[in-house]
Amino acid sequence: MRGEQGAAGARVLQFTNCRILRGGKLLREDLWVRGGRILDPEKLFFEERRVADERRDCGGRILAPGFIDVQINGGFGVDFSQATENVCSGVALVARRILSHGVTSFCPTLVTSPPEVYHKVVPQIPVKSGGPHGAGVLGLHLEGPFISREKRGAHPEAHLRSFEANAFQDLLATYGPLDNVRIVTLAPELGHSHEVIRELTARGICVSLGHSVADLRAAEDAVWSGATFITHLFNAMLPFHHRDPGIVGLLTSDRLPAGRCIFYGMIADGTHTNPAALRIAHRAHPQGLVLVTDAIPALGLGNGRHTLGQQEVEVDGLTAYVAGCSVESALEAASLHPAQLLGLEKSKGTLDFGADADFVVLDDSLHVQATYISGELVWQAEAARQ
Amino acid sequence: MKLIILEHYSQASEWAAKYIRNRIIQFNPGPEKYFTLGLPTGSTPLGCYKKLIEYYKNGDLPFKYVKTFNMDEYVGLPRDHPESYHSFMWNNFFKHIDIHPENTHILDGNAVDLQAECDAFEEKIKAAGGIELFVGGIGPDGHIAFNEPGSSLVSRTRVKTLAMDTILANARFFDGELTKVPTMALTVGVGTVMDAREVMILITGAHKAFALYKAIEEGVNHMWTVSAFQQHPRTVFVCDEDATLELKVKTVKYFKGLMLVHNKLVDPLYSIKEKETEKSQSSKKPYSD
Repeated sequence: MRGEQGAAGARVLQFTNCRILRGGKLLREDLWVRGGRILDPEKLFFEERRVADERRDCGGRILAPGFIDVQINGGFGVDFSQATENVCSGVALVARRILSHGVTSFCPTLVTSPPEVYHKVVPQIPVKSGGPHGAGVLGLHLEGPFISREKRGAHPEAHLRSFEANAFQDLLATYGPLDNVRIVTLAPELGHSHEVIRELTARGICVSLGHSVADLRAAEDAVWSGATFITHLFNAMLPFHHRDPGIVGLLTSDRLPAGRCIFYGMIADGTHTNPAALRIAHRAHPQGLVLVTDAIPALGLGNGRHTLGQQEVEVDGLTAYVAGCSVESALEAASLHPAQLLGLEKSKGTLDFGADADFVVLDDSLHVQATYISGELVWQAEAARQ
Repeated sequence: MKLIILEHYSQASEWAAKYIRNRIIQFNPGPEKYFTLGLPTGSTPLGCYKKLIEYYKNGDLPFKYVKTFNMDEYVGLPRDHPESYHSFMWNNFFKHIDIHPENTHILDGNAVDLQAECDAFEEKIKAAGGIELFVGGIGPDGHIAFNEPGSSLVSRTRVKTLAMDTILANARFFDGELTKVPTMALTVGVGTVMDAREVMILITGAHKAFALYKAIEEGVNHMWTVSAFQQHPRTVFVCDEDATLELKVKTVKYFKGLMLVHNKLVDPLYSIKEKETEKSQSSKKPYSD
């Protein structure tokens, strides 16, 4: 989608006086951008014998890959699970507003809903590149309805489903065409789930385990069938038990396919998970940590009653929390790891040469000062504006 | 020759960088008159490069009107290999300063016709008006660039096979594995460097002491090719104390005694900023220097 034609003639931007996240470290290096991609300046120097057309001084700040949120249910009054008349503009509004949080790509998430909702909403949210209009849509995350009754959390009981004899056909009948779907969260203990997991995986859809009472064995089997993600670790699953760690045990299981990295979403707001539990997970398996917001439509709005799919939810204050790991680790958990989960790490979640130039400028407290998509400034903090 | 002896590596690096700075500023380069600088690679000049970068960042020494010619490059090593001399120059110098890529010249060790590449390099030096100041180092076997023992002292830019001493010395850059070190290189000749109007050799560390002794206290000998510069009218050797360990006490004392005179070459230290102030004040000079 990013034009190759004329890329060689396009303007070369050089971001100087910054620390960039590369190879898991913050390095004092300049970031070079051309044609919406990260450029190798050494190649430009020796092969094309060119210098930058424009230099931008970053004031010593941190440049990190743009954040990727793979679990976000809505925000700013928009609920992705509502079959409204203006689904597209709702997604567009959220896409635009999350730029100020440094999110450059996201997976709009739908909670357990009746089939009519999926049939109406899913086709209206296609994959879309980001830009000044907003963060890019990488595909939908369908969380439910094939989940455990016991661990449904905030999902409405009336719309939960299980797989009947025609397992995958049931799923297709519920969701409709899967073209726009990127991630499906399901409970592996449901009958016929393995068939479904294999079908979804074969279509390039990421299968996530969540809202489940599966034990470790069932979870491991699901991973063998193709599951690669765990939805909000610790929440809506059996608690860690030393004789059966359940889904949590996947983080340190030795029964997984060789070379496979299991990723796990964490809502690091200090409330969904005790920070100490978050640190245990991080220390056990740091490469798999994926930070998600699991934000609800109330994100960005005040206190009061808001909808979440078919339910109503009270909002009473918001907290944010830092994981207590290194800055580089935290940044990778919000960018590189979700990209790896979705198999996009060559172009997203990284500042390596050739990757899409989606990045954020952060101060030392990791507050977003500016957001760039394809090398274009798409958001800037008030104080930074000249 | 001038033999400049400083106590430690950092001081030697700084002296050398100041000398280069003063030479460039006093030359007063411009769009019609570039300063041509020959450059080395290796661990010895790293400190010097760092200081030159500092002078550029402070606004004292722009490289806009400087043309550079590197001494050598490995044959067959990909240009973007971390140990290629292209990578060295990019990471340790070019990426930090304002030099235009068109004004840098490094031999291409992957050229289809290596000798033609070498001949073309000689032509480029000629076209640039010759080298004003060639900065180099010395190998433990007394070589300048890759002019290994036995190289003709009137040689030009060509392909050379590396001597075992050199391969051993460079193994540390290739994970200590001798088999990974390139065995051939393109290098400027001894004669090429001798053509420069001035030559500055940086020599630091005890492991270079014997080579320095052979180069300046013994005769001109193709086994120690740096010795050729005994016959150059303007050579400066910049060393630290450790590099002088094999020299006669008499030699060291003599040149240390000259430091008062030699330090006038770096003090006062000139800056482009003063040049600009001079220009804006546009006063007539009462006499020329």
